[in-house]
Amino acid sequence: MSINIGVLAIQGDVQENIISTQKALDDLGIDGSVTNVKTADDISKLDGLIIPGGESTTIGQLSLVNSSLKVMKEKIEQGMPVFGICAGMIMLAKIADDRIMGKINQPLLNLLDIKLERNSFGRQKDSFEAEISMDSIKIPKFRGVFIRAPSISEANSDIEVLAKFNEKIVAIKKGNIIGTSFHPELTKDVSLHKYFLNLVKSFAN
Amino acid sequence: MLPLAGERKDAKGIIFEKSESSEISRGTSTLKRGFAHMLKNGVVMDVTTVEQAQIAEEAGAVSVMVLDKLPSDVRKAGGVARTASIRIIQDIMDSVTIPVMAKCRIGHVYEAKVLQESDVDMIDESEVLTPADEHHHIWKWDFTTPFVNGARSLAEALRRIEEGAAMIRTKGEPGTGNVAEAVTHIKKVNDELRAIKSIYDSGDYQDLVRMAREFKVSYEVVEETARLGRLPVVNFAAGGIATPADAAYLMSLGCDGIFVGSGIFNANDAQERARAIVLATTFWEEPEKVKEAQKMIDERQSMLGLDVNTLELRMQERGGSA
Repeated sequence: MSINIGVLAIQGDVQENIISTQKALDDLGIDGSVTNVKTADDISKLDGLIIPGGESTTIGQLSLVNSSLKVMKEKIEQGMPVFGICAGMIMLAKIADDRIMGKINQPLLNLLDIKLERNSFGRQKDSFEAEISMDSIKIPKFRGVFIRAPSISEANSDIEVLAKFNEKIVAIKKGNIIGTSFHPELTKDVSLHKYFLNLVKSFAN
Repeated sequence: MLPLAGERKDAKGIIFEKSESSEISRGTSTLKRGFAHMLKNGVVMDVTTVEQAQIAEEAGAVSVMVLDKLPSDVRKAGGVARTASIRIIQDIMDSVTIPVMAKCRIGHVYEAKVLQESDVDMIDESEVLTPADEHHHIWKWDFTTPFVNGARSLAEALRRIEEGAAMIRTKGEPGTGNVAEAVTHIKKVNDELRAIKSIYDSGDYQDLVRMAREFKVSYEVVEETARLGRLPVVNFAAGGIATPADAAYLMSLGCDGIFVGSGIFNANDAQERARAIVLATTFWEEPEKVKEAQKMIDERQSMLGLDVNTLELRMQERGGSA
C-alpha cells in the first residue's frame, strides 16, 4: 500500500522537510507521497505527520484556530506516527518552560510526559552544529543542527532517550512518536527521515 | 536540505569551540540561513516597547523587531535615526520567548557589534535608519549573529547575500502604509529570477557572466541562484504593509513571510490588527479566512498612509547603489 505523509504547513520550514522526506522515500523505494497539510481534513487522511521547526507559540495558536490541533492529537493518540522537530517536539510535550521566562502558557498537544525547556542552549548566537549519535536506532553519527533549540529536562521512564548532548536529552521516542531538538531537514543526511518512514510503514501494516 | 550558495566557510563569524567533550561550530551559514527558514510563513512585527512586544507575541508573531521609533515616526521626526536603546532591547528580550531582532544603520559596523554583544537573534541592516556609510554595507561574514537586508532588485539581493546576509526582505517604502513599492520590488526580483533561470536552462553561460557584471556580484552566486531559480535565502515582504489583505496579497506573490512596521502600532486597533495580519498571512490561500481577518480591523483605524510619489525622503534608495 501507498503511504501518505504530511508536513504541517501552518508555519516554519515546511519545504525542507518535504524535500528530505521525498528523498528518503526515493532512497527506500517506498511507495508513498509527501504533501503539505494545513486543515483538519488534510490531517485526517494521513498515515504519518511531520511537525516542522518554526515558532511553537505561533504554530500552537494557529493550529488551535482551525481545529487542526484537535485532529492531530486524536490521530496521534490513535497511533498515527508523528515526527516533531524543534518547535514540533515542543508541540508534543505536556509542559514547556522557557529557560529565562519560566512557565509559559501556550497551546500544546500534551502527548509526551516530558518536561521541556525552550531555548535551552541560549539565543541565536549560541545556536550550534555538533556530531551526535543515536546508537539505539542504528544512526551512530548525525550532524545535529541546533537552532535556538529546546531540550528535555525530565522524561518519564516509558520514554526512550535516543540521544543526549552534553547531558541534555535532545532526541526521544515513545511508540509512534519521535522528537528531536535539532533539524535533520537542514542537512543532506536523510537517515532520520528514513527511520520515520519505516516507522510509518510498520504502523500502516 | 538548505541552499548554501555564496557560503564562506572561512568566515570570521564562524566559531569552532569545545563544549564539554564535544566539538561545536557556531555562526555557520546553515545556522544563520536555517534560523531565517524557521520564520517562514510568519509575521515579524516592529515594536518600540515591552508592551508592544508582548502584544505581538500574543498575536502569534514569529519575531519582533526593536526600533527606537516606528518608521512613520522616523519620517515625522527627521534628524538622524540610530539603533534602539540597548536597555529597551534587553527588557524586550527578557519579556518574550520569540526571537528578537534589532536594526542598525547601513554600514555601521559598531552598532552591529553592539547588537551582537547584546545577544539579539538577528540584525536588520536597515534603510529606515540613517546610513552611516554611503559606499559600503557591513561585511556580515565577520558576525556570528545572522543579518537581514532590504533589496529592491535581484542585483541588490545578491550583493547583500554575497556580503553575508542570511535573509532578504523587500525594501518597499517604509512608514508609508502603502504596499505599492513592496509589490513592485517582489515582482521585480521574481521576474529577474525567472530571467536568469531561463538563461541557465538554455546553457548560455556567456550571458550569465554578463548578468553577473551587470549585477556587480560574483559569477558563482549568479550561477547557483540561476540554477535554483530562487534566492538561496528566505525572502520576506516589508515596507508599507498595513492590513490583513496587504499581507495576504504579498504572500500570494511568493514572499516567504511578512514584516510589518508602522502598520500595526500606528493604528488605533493594534491588538486586533496584529492578530488579523497573522491570520491572513497563515491562511492567505483561503480568501474566506482572509475576509474574516480583514473584518477584525476597522479601516477608519488604519494609519493614514502616504503617497509614495510625493515623498521628500525615499528610504528605499538608501544603500541601493552600493
